[in-house]
Amino acid sequence: MTRTTPWPGTLPRLLPACRVAGPVSLAEHTARYGPPPSGPGPRRPEAMIAEVDRAGLTGRGGAGFPTARKLAAVAAARHAPVAARHAPAVVANGTEGEPASAKDQVLMARSPQLVLDGAVLAAEMVGAGEALVVVHRRVREIVDEAVAERVRARADRVRLEVRTAADRFVAGEASAVVHWIERGVPAPTATPPRLAQRGLHRAPTLVQNVETLAHLALIVRYGAGWFRSAGTAAEPGSMLVTVLGAVREPGVFEVPIGTPVGRVLDQAGGASAPLQALLLGGYFGTWVDAAEAAGRPFSSAGLADLGAGTGAGLIAALPAGACGLGETARVVRYLAGESAGQCGPCRFGLPAIAGLLERLADGRGADPGLLQRWLGQVDRRGGCAHPDGTVRLVRSALRTFGAELSRHADGRCRGRAGVLPVPSGGSR
Amino acid sequence: MTLPAGRPAARLRVDFIACDGRGLCAEALPGLISLDDWGFPAVSRRAVPPRLLADARATVRACPKLALRLEPVR
Repeated sequence: MTRTTPWPGTLPRLLPACRVAGPVSLAEHTARYGPPPSGPGPRRPEAMIAEVDRAGLTGRGGAGFPTARKLAAVAAARHAPVAARHAPAVVANGTEGEPASAKDQVLMARSPQLVLDGAVLAAEMVGAGEALVVVHRRVREIVDEAVAERVRARADRVRLEVRTAADRFVAGEASAVVHWIERGVPAPTATPPRLAQRGLHRAPTLVQNVETLAHLALIVRYGAGWFRSAGTAAEPGSMLVTVLGAVREPGVFEVPIGTPVGRVLDQAGGASAPLQALLLGGYFGTWVDAAEAAGRPFSSAGLADLGAGTGAGLIAALPAGACGLGETARVVRYLAGESAGQCGPCRFGLPAIAGLLERLADGRGADPGLLQRWLGQVDRRGGCAHPDGTVRLVRSALRTFGAELSRHADGRCRGRAGVLPVPSGGSR
Repeated sequence: MTLPAGRPAARLRVDFIACDGRGLCAEALPGLISLDDWGFPAVSRRAVPPRLLADARATVRACPKLALRLEPVR
């Protein structure tokens, strides 16, 4: 594929290089990145998908699925007999239902044009005539204005439509996003059928995280080789990371995948207190010992033997004075309330597990065997990964904070809770 | 794995979104389905043994919520 614009391999790639507030305008965006390649050669759907494949781009929403495979599946489903009557659909997913994560909102607020570029290019790759952009309510106005700029400039053949996401944790799950757009119900639907076969209004549907689309827009411009100049060979590129908790300057940072965890914390000004543990990936993520994780590459491969991964790109730093069991109990109670309530094991099991954790955390005591039994009865027994993710969090908490259980049983834990943000009153 | 009749191996799968916890399946097929602490079916992830396949099909048909199915083992 030919490159129209050379661009230095420096970071940040997605976010503006300067810290001036406000979104990058279409003119500034075009001046920085140049236009996407045009003409029948490089802009051919098959050529663009092949380039995304060579780049090794994976989804940045948490699941890490290879993006080119999703693109190819939706592009191919267009020719399947059942779907032939429905033009494919593209949904840019900026729901970001996780309260601790901010990276998609920051990306949409600072670089909306790059995400819209990606949505338009993805639509071209799969043969969709329009792309729906689902965004967090906090950035809705910015994205509306960004789309209006493109309309005024007649930038696209693909039509862009903006929707405000449901303000629920599970609302970001791909089938839940489609369900929300179709019927206003932010709850996952049963698989099969897969969205790539039959999704939005029965059309083959691509649901792609907004950060993934931003990377895709740059891969189309600068090629797979450029993309791979950051990150590791197995996990190429950069990623946005939300850093929160006991760091001096919490925020969203763009780092090459594989950057040591401690160096990512340095980007956020470094630890503001001695750290005991880190939550990696998000609320479906994994607690790890802070000292053990600090030298590890922030990548799936680098964290695998700790049972952790990069997830949705989140690192929460827990200071030595905080209570990890208490934090986990608060988050699990929140996640229990955020269950869509459709599946029995999740609906009844998560509140039961939250109750046991609260008893363990506040010293009333609970049967650890019963907790293990219920974790096993909830894991992988739902229509989506909500129960699985919650179980993963709890199991990692028991591994990391297990030694504290006796102190809690004796009522000797003086740790405070309140490091991780949990919206009060169930849904927000 | 292929069954003697030449059919591909199958296992039970619960659509938990559709399942209402009526419990019929666990009564009809106690060898393969038990109930968890909240009354929802726990099915074996392994292939249904050939001798239970007819019973499994009947149980799938009997589910009032159409939440139980047999799927091929990949």
